[in-house]
Amino acid sequence: MTTAIAPSQRFIRTRHVARKERQQSLAKWLFFSMTVAMIIPLVAIVAFLLWKAAPSLDWQFIVDVPKRGMREGGIWPAFTGTLYLVVISLAVSAPIGVLAAIYLNEYAKDNWLNRLINLAVINLAGVPSIVHALFGLGAFVYAAKLGYSILAASLTLAIMTLPVIIASTREALSSVPRSFREACWNVGATRWQTIRSIVLPNSISGILTGVILQVSRAAGETAPVMFTGAVFFKAVEKGTLFSYGLNDQCMALSMHLYTVSTQVPNVKESIPFATAVVLLATVLLVNVSAIGLRVWLRNRKKW
Amino acid sequence: MAASTEKTIVVDDLRLAYSTREVIHGISFDVGRNEIFAIIGPAQSGKTSLLRCLNRTIDFVADASMTGTVLFEGEDVRRTRDVFALRRKIGMVAPLPVGLPLSIYDNVAFAPRCAGMHDREELDGLVERCLRQAALWDEVKDRLNSLGTALSGGQQQRLTIARALSHQPDVLCLDEFSIAIDPVTTMRIEDVLKELSREITIVLVTNLVQQARRLAKRTMFMWKGEIVELGVTEVVFSDEPADRRTYDYVHGIFG
Repeated sequence: MTTAIAPSQRFIRTRHVARKERQQSLAKWLFFSMTVAMIIPLVAIVAFLLWKAAPSLDWQFIVDVPKRGMREGGIWPAFTGTLYLVVISLAVSAPIGVLAAIYLNEYAKDNWLNRLINLAVINLAGVPSIVHALFGLGAFVYAAKLGYSILAASLTLAIMTLPVIIASTREALSSVPRSFREACWNVGATRWQTIRSIVLPNSISGILTGVILQVSRAAGETAPVMFTGAVFFKAVEKGTLFSYGLNDQCMALSMHLYTVSTQVPNVKESIPFATAVVLLATVLLVNVSAIGLRVWLRNRKKW
Repeated sequence: MAASTEKTIVVDDLRLAYSTREVIHGISFDVGRNEIFAIIGPAQSGKTSLLRCLNRTIDFVADASMTGTVLFEGEDVRRTRDVFALRRKIGMVAPLPVGLPLSIYDNVAFAPRCAGMHDREELDGLVERCLRQAALWDEVKDRLNSLGTALSGGQQQRLTIARALSHQPDVLCLDEFSIAIDPVTTMRIEDVLKELSREITIVLVTNLVQQARRLAKRTMFMWKGEIVELGVTEVVFSDEPADRRTYDYVHGIFG
């Protein structure tokens, strides 16, 4: 049924208009309150951690070694151990992941083999870390005879982060419009020339984001390193950066946090919290520098 | 093959299918040297697919299968040894402007660089010539280092044409180049095309039937993957073309 609107009523606020406006403001407030609800726990967690950690938190805590069975001293061996694990695992998984994603997204034809690979990548990304840990134990520690070592633990972390890096890199690559590629092919550019001059420069910030997110995952996971190379205590010299060899076992922040919280009696209350703050700050520092790099790269992005 | 030297493009019984759906049903035609050849026809009649067969960018469509022969300068495009050189001999302009996310200068210098030209002076000269040919030079000569994607739609389309000319093609294919640009610029580019047709062959796919009438020596009317009529433009647009459907289409009473 249609009713003609009299000219005098054209701009009058009808019931329908009022309802529309109510819904509009309701939707806005709903979304805003969800945003706030997301921020509150984050701020609360960080504030609580800092408050609890405050008594132990100073520079000495970071560069000192643990003393009296973890009850005093600092976390230097765990800190450097985490650095080792993260750097080595990403040095392995980032190049392999990014290059494999370029192949899958830019070169691979849509056949059953590549569909199978895609399926495998997606499923691997969803495998729990404890399963990766068992795989690393079997494959690297025993089968490859690396023993319990930084190398075995890093490779396990690399296997764990690899599928996610592949997936996020593909996402970044496919966000570059196909018309750019076609324009390049039309003027006689090869696939590689197209990738190098157009696709990569415009997706590098997205690729980096994906890799960086895996830094926090590699630093935070306990199970994979606990099974393959991280130990309760390892004596290293205070403040030396190159305290481990590749075949040594190491301490790790995530593992250290677990042990001082649950395995050691009579630890000063602030020590686990301070360890958590250092872990958080390390990840945050990496993320901030990555965001800086991304902003710099995004400013050079051209469309 | 004496005849083929007079013909830039010879298409013989070309069929193209996307998986099982055939979109071009065995068409044959030829394009003479330095001719402006227009292809008209409604959407979904296979015009763009046909162009993709010419420079073999159809290879990038996974499920496309092509049979028949396309001869370019007497050479079968599917047997050509260097497909990249083939694509450089055929300039392609897409319907919607695609400025690459590079500077204006780099947009035009992209193809020559891919082909291995790196001499700065040579590139400078080439870029200026192509931008002049595409009627864009006067508007951008002071800001060659600003972004190609920041230009307006009409300017980007002329940039696309400049890029298509930058690899010095023998054939320039324009796929509905004027849908994103204003009538005045369209007329300027049409003048450029007339000028260019002294040296190169032009294949013009267009939805503006009057544009075909203004420019082309011969016009081909495609419909649903078949050639309805191919003939001298005056005849195709006359009151008595060979096929009734042609009359209906060019007079806007197609139903």
